[in-house]
Amino acid sequence: MTVMEQRGAYRPTPPPAWQPRTDPAPLLPDPEPYRVLGTEAAARTDPELLLTLHAQLVRGRRYNAQATALTKQGRLAVYPSSTGQEACQVAAALALQERDWLFPSYRDTLAVVARGVDPVQALTLLRGDWHTGYDPYEHRVAPLSTPLATQLPHAVGLAHAARLKGDDVVALAMVGDGGTSEGDFHEALNFAAVWQAPVVFLVQNNGFAISVPLAKQTAAPSLAHKAVGYGMPGRLVDGNDAVAVHQVLADAVRHARAGGGPTLVEAVTYRIDAHTNADDATRYRGDTEVEAWRAHDPIMLLERELTGRGLLDEDGIRAVREDAEALAADLRARMNQDPVLDPMDLFAHVYAEPTPQLLEQRAQLSAELEAEREGAQ
Amino acid sequence: MTTVALKPATMAQALTRALRDAMAADPAVHVLGEDVGKLGGVFRVTDGLAKEFGEDRCTDTPLAEAGILGAAVGMAMYGLRPVVEMQFDAFAYPAFEQLVSHVSRMRNRTRGAIPLPITVRVPYGGGIGGVEHHSDSSEAYYMATPGLHVVTPATVADAYGLLRAAIASDDPVVFLEPKRLYWSKESWNPEEPPAVEPIGRAVVRRSGRSATLITYGPSVTVCLEAAEAARAEGWDLEVVDLRSLVPFDDETVCASVRRTGRAVVVHESGSFGGPGGEIAARVTERCFHHLEAPVLRVAGFDVPYPPPMLERHHLPGVDRILDAVGRLQWEAES
Repeated sequence: MTVMEQRGAYRPTPPPAWQPRTDPAPLLPDPEPYRVLGTEAAARTDPELLLTLHAQLVRGRRYNAQATALTKQGRLAVYPSSTGQEACQVAAALALQERDWLFPSYRDTLAVVARGVDPVQALTLLRGDWHTGYDPYEHRVAPLSTPLATQLPHAVGLAHAARLKGDDVVALAMVGDGGTSEGDFHEALNFAAVWQAPVVFLVQNNGFAISVPLAKQTAAPSLAHKAVGYGMPGRLVDGNDAVAVHQVLADAVRHARAGGGPTLVEAVTYRIDAHTNADDATRYRGDTEVEAWRAHDPIMLLERELTGRGLLDEDGIRAVREDAEALAADLRARMNQDPVLDPMDLFAHVYAEPTPQLLEQRAQLSAELEAEREGAQ
Repeated sequence: MTTVALKPATMAQALTRALRDAMAADPAVHVLGEDVGKLGGVFRVTDGLAKEFGEDRCTDTPLAEAGILGAAVGMAMYGLRPVVEMQFDAFAYPAFEQLVSHVSRMRNRTRGAIPLPITVRVPYGGGIGGVEHHSDSSEAYYMATPGLHVVTPATVADAYGLLRAAIASDDPVVFLEPKRLYWSKESWNPEEPPAVEPIGRAVVRRSGRSATLITYGPSVTVCLEAAEAARAEGWDLEVVDLRSLVPFDDETVCASVRRTGRAVVVHESGSFGGPGGEIAARVTERCFHHLEAPVLRVAGFDVPYPPPMLERHHLPGVDRILDAVGRLQWEAES
């Protein structure tokens, strides 16, 4: 029978090798960002968790304010504030177990501190006395990554290695909306999905990549939808609802730990402050927009729930604020001390053993310092 | 007296043997890259490794070089010792940001907390008739990046020894494999592979008194040919094989130049901003009073790598080397 003869009954069949890789339906994010606070589900949440989240959010906001103040006093070279995004920062740290790893980007100092890193050591990069001020192995926190999305493949590799060794370790990697345009975002998600690596990707969609709004960054229905193309679930969550973010991340971490593979979580939030203290946000956005987001403030949302349920009163809020003030006072006091610098550190840790070339240059710097000391006398 | 059964081996086979021995000696050694599994790599350097050690130890990755090297960073952070294969020189460029922004400086930025024992194998150089983007000499980029070691073998024995040393190193090593030497053969005793020396020492491949040819990788054999041809002109040339560009063995190089008083640096990489400029400067700074002539460079031209039918005009050959030797101001002696 020729094709002409079978025309009536002809149905095109897929080529022999073709089969659907995976059913996309279960991977799709919800049409609306997932919320807990202000919904019926809020009543079922654990009071202890709510109080812990609240205390951490208040500490986080105070930390951001103090760090920004330190830039004005010349104690920090620069500070990218996460004010408005505290729910994402805190929930990311609290969703992990001790043995897990956090891979932060440069705006994620709060998450690093919430994970247990010393607040001063967490600021070493931004103070400028070294690059990474903490030992990444102490709290299993990778260095704050400045080149966008480049830390995501590291999270995948670490989680993959842990799985090969039989350890049930999960890596949570943080990136911004702008970072999702980078090639490393794509490569990391693809590797994670192919390897079924236990990784959770948290995209904090704070509306802006410095000045460029999301509309100029992507034409995707949402950033969470990007997950589907890699064959992993995408979750969309209200990034200012600390309980919802924590729940979604904890679910994703559990899923990864159980061998279910990676998840992409998009937390919809807003950067209340400018990109950094050196940025002028009035050049690219209006007050109305900022005010609308202030009305959806993560601390306010949580306090409304806590006070409404009688879990927190004025005294309780005061106690939390005092704790945050103590954190800020300690930060201020320690950051106001000049860091101890040793110029010879330039040559430490470039290689396990310095090359002959570096030994020569080290001797040169040593002689320069000696001459400086003699000149000062 | 027992006779040692010497067998011929190619450079590619020596590299395979080095990977296999390293994987057998240390379960932390993992190989990953494009086509390194069943196929054994496009140059067959990883031949048989997936079969012998399993696909978890020798892994076919998605086709994404930044992802491969980035994943290797995380694997190394968790205690593994990844050996990454970049399929060709010019296909390693997507991994450049990972290499420069993370691999090279992770030890330094974490004050030694995170060393990265990663070996990045890169087949490099021309002379195999490769079409566009298959013949680059990219060593100058890597040399200009503090925190990396840059190593390249020119012999079968060195291919084994240097790769073992690179994998054993606690620092990242860019291991440049001269493609056109993959099929070069030497005899060796497979029962007892060559000794593993630490990275960083050059070697004199041919002793001579008239002038020193300073070279590495694919150009070493060309320089040895040139040295043979130079005998007809009455020149007795010394050939120094650098083996390691970073660290650089000033001692061996300068000892040779002080003996001969004349030097030519030979490489395929372009001369402008290429390794030869650095080497000539180092030699001049250290051996000025021993030099009878300026240090010359014989290099590829400063053009994008040419198409295969033209590459012989680009690559430094015996004639271009001898021409340079002829310009070493011999008349000053008389």
